[in-house]
Amino acid sequence: MTPPENQNIIEERKELIKEVLSAYPEKAAKKREKHLSVYEEGKSDCGVKSNIKSLPGVMTARGCAYAGSKGVVWGPIKDMIHISHGPVGCGYWSWSGRRNYYIGTTGIDTFGTMHFTSDFQERDIVFGGDKKLTKLIQELDVLFPLNRGVSIQSECPIGLIGDDIEAVARKTSKEIGKPVVPVRCEGFRGVSQSLGHHIANDMVRDWVFTRSDQAKKDGTLKFEGTPYDVAIIGDYNIGGDAWASRILLEEIGLRVVAQWSGDGTINEMLMTPNVKMNLIHCYRSMNYISRHMEEAYGIPWLEYNFFGPTKIAESLREIASKFDETIQANAEKVIAKYQPTMDAVIAKYRPRLDGKTVAIMVGGLRPRHVVPAFLDLGMKMIGTGYEFAHNDDYKRTTHYIENGTIVYDDVTAYEFEEFIKALKPDLVASGVKEKYVFQKMGLPFRQMHSWDYSGPYHGYDGFAIFARDMDLALNSPTWSLIGAPWNEKAQAKKAEAKAKAAV
Amino acid sequence: MPQNPEKIQDHVELFHQPEYQQLFENKKQFENGHEAEEVQRVAEWTKGWDYREKNFAREALTVNPAKGCQPLGAIFAAVGFEGTLPFVQGSQGCVAYFRTHLTRHYKEPFSGVSSSMTEDAAVFGGLQNMIDGLANSYQLYKPKMIAVCTTCMAEVIGDDLQSFINNAKEAGSVPQTFPVPYAHTPSFVGSHITGYDNMMKGILSNLTAGHKKETSNGKINFIPGFDTYVGNNREIKRIASLFGFDYTILADNSDYLDSPNTGEFDMYPGGTKLEDAADSINAKATIALQAHSTLKTREYIEKEWKQPTSVSRPWGIKGTDEFLMKLSELSGIPIPQELEIERGRAVDAMTDSHSWIHGKRFAIYGEPDLVYSVVGFMLEMGAEPVHILVHNSNEVFEAEIKELLASSPFGQHATVWPGKDLWHMRSLLFTEPVDFLIGNTYGKYLWRDTKIPLVRIGYPIMDRHHLHRYSTIGYQGVINLLNWVVNTLFEEIDRNTNIPSKTDISYDLIR
Repeated sequence: MTPPENQNIIEERKELIKEVLSAYPEKAAKKREKHLSVYEEGKSDCGVKSNIKSLPGVMTARGCAYAGSKGVVWGPIKDMIHISHGPVGCGYWSWSGRRNYYIGTTGIDTFGTMHFTSDFQERDIVFGGDKKLTKLIQELDVLFPLNRGVSIQSECPIGLIGDDIEAVARKTSKEIGKPVVPVRCEGFRGVSQSLGHHIANDMVRDWVFTRSDQAKKDGTLKFEGTPYDVAIIGDYNIGGDAWASRILLEEIGLRVVAQWSGDGTINEMLMTPNVKMNLIHCYRSMNYISRHMEEAYGIPWLEYNFFGPTKIAESLREIASKFDETIQANAEKVIAKYQPTMDAVIAKYRPRLDGKTVAIMVGGLRPRHVVPAFLDLGMKMIGTGYEFAHNDDYKRTTHYIENGTIVYDDVTAYEFEEFIKALKPDLVASGVKEKYVFQKMGLPFRQMHSWDYSGPYHGYDGFAIFARDMDLALNSPTWSLIGAPWNEKAQAKKAEAKAKAAV
Repeated sequence: MPQNPEKIQDHVELFHQPEYQQLFENKKQFENGHEAEEVQRVAEWTKGWDYREKNFAREALTVNPAKGCQPLGAIFAAVGFEGTLPFVQGSQGCVAYFRTHLTRHYKEPFSGVSSSMTEDAAVFGGLQNMIDGLANSYQLYKPKMIAVCTTCMAEVIGDDLQSFINNAKEAGSVPQTFPVPYAHTPSFVGSHITGYDNMMKGILSNLTAGHKKETSNGKINFIPGFDTYVGNNREIKRIASLFGFDYTILADNSDYLDSPNTGEFDMYPGGTKLEDAADSINAKATIALQAHSTLKTREYIEKEWKQPTSVSRPWGIKGTDEFLMKLSELSGIPIPQELEIERGRAVDAMTDSHSWIHGKRFAIYGEPDLVYSVVGFMLEMGAEPVHILVHNSNEVFEAEIKELLASSPFGQHATVWPGKDLWHMRSLLFTEPVDFLIGNTYGKYLWRDTKIPLVRIGYPIMDRHHLHRYSTIGYQGVINLLNWVVNTLFEEIDRNTNIPSKTDISYDLIR
């Protein structure tokens, strides 16, 4: 049952959606209507359709399958060389864009912030790129002898010109004596980054796990298990997130065998089928391989959330509950150890942030995952949405949001701007393409993909930084300088904002 | 130790703490990494001549390129026109990348749409995407013009923009008279500067069609090229207004890429008025401020408009001198006294700093026009170019840069490396070190490896703020360039002389 005081909000926001949709041509409005909704308490999903093709010409924030595979899943595997196979642009424009931190000597034993490409020219399109790719892999093994393997990340033309990258992978893998993984993540496949994640996961299954299965058979797999072996799945170590998470898992007594894929190595991937449990942070991008490991190796998986002290404590307890009493006791100790610090952080920042409202739009996980961290600071969600979530993500979102929250799937730039103008949140939390649009509107903004070059935000260490950053975004004196004192219109706007803040 | 709320540490400090250092050490047991000695051995080997030869022998592999693909240049040109929305026919991920990249450099919004073609479009072609896409973006974003270019997907499947746009107009996506210029911009041909050229030609041929008059309008057209310094177009305007002649900057994106914060978001700030662009066919001459990003556009203007074109790259003193004399010749107006005073100031600045730059050896990479212009200025300072690397080079550039080098006693020891990438540059810097390197943000990896100080000039610059706001052309630009170079050298001297009682002999207060 919707409480009556919220009934108005729901109706108002439904009206707002109608109004926003009226700007579209009829055909487009019909399609977009299915992606916009107001969440009503008690419903099992958010009332939006998802994972559907974006409309042409509406300015979606979405990327492509290459971005999902090379950019997200494979790219951070630090000791492999990932070839952006095709024209030069995809890898160039995305070069070092994701801040997946790693330890290593770049160019010698790790390659994360480098851009390797076959730089397709017209003749490669006409005659095919397989020969070039073969030669390229031979060349890179000479120049980068310490690489532990290669992945071939296909760009659009590869699938269109009928190249056989699997054959090249098999041949060159034999030649260099290392894994070569062909990934058909051409940008035109699927509707967003999401299919790229899935394809990338499937290639781990088909080209990496087959090797560890074989090694197990041969008895050449060097692995000594313990009852406490886990893997961190779906943490890309943005700004060091995975480390700030790992430190807690190790503190409660677990042995983290692998990080997928931030600061990860192919060896860690090879070992993972031997762990006791997979702990998955980004469900959207790595549930596929987790499900596969459950089916093939009987490894259970558990979703956790390390954003904000409330969820961290909850997650630590839930993770510990799957292990013995030692671990459970450790978890309590760790929670107790950090609690005073968290209380102090909240005591310091909550008064500056309490009651402030946030609108979120990120990729496939954070639009729900970061909500509790905001709540820990007294901040309220008024709108949220994903670029590339599926229905199961929206189902999971219902546990995170309040009645009346406006939900937008694959929101277009137009819709997002209109919603923000109408809802007037105190903070917008989205991506770099959106950042300056809203900052021009005078709205505080934090990037939720790259942490706005800060981070980590995961774990207890991360939450302190998160709190600091939200405060500096919202309470920067720069916002108050917008609008000249002699400009009446600007001053009226300011007075309106002040009045709202006083409420 | 948990965080201290009074002094919260982020990634810059946090991971140097002992518990994280311990964590990194522990993690190694699962990594199957190489022994530290082996890593060291290979690292040393990559610094030598043997490695350089192997590195330069590669034919198929590109590592850390210094060029991008066409459509980014195309949309960069498009937003220089009033109310223009770039529309990219093809997969949607490309546009997300272009917008992100430009935004990271400028810290400004960058709007552009994609026709979001997927598998079905790969099979049936993207006509329906064009029809729906134009209708949606026209209604939603209310542009005055939609400039269409392509991704490699649309190119490989052979989408025909001209007929698609006609079809979309027939279908009523946009009014028949609404300007939808287009350019085919395959990413497997040329680079981002080629895309700029193609789009510029496409836009000009569309807007000027039917506008040719009997008499000239007396104006001078300027085409900036793929110039990423917003201060430069403003400098052109300032110089033109000092002269007092009438002009049009074709694709003036300086307001778009540097708009004021007014508390409101304007999707289309500034830009060349469409009627001014349409009338540019009647100008008395067109001056391109870059050669290699305006090649086809200039050919088209000469041939179709029957209008004289020339290239003037007003970088450094001589470049600016020639530019001003050209303007004086075209306009019939003597060069304003003001500018001569500015020239004097710039030369004065150069003499002030000459001793710190004279004889210094440097390496440079970037787009051909940028490299040509900066090398020209550095020769004026008496600096010696050593490695000149242009990934998206061409024969015309190679000939002109060699001519420039031959013209100066300081250019005698330079080697030009066309078509090479930044991993080649790494070998060059290790085997034949220089005093400083000029390049974009990606050069910071070279700085880390070789410790050769980096002067950030070019595109993109994402790890430093506000450099793009300055001018690099004209006499004012001379001072800005000089400031970046000489002060980078001073920073480096200080960095190398700051250990008390060990290296701080030369830690001078006055320089």
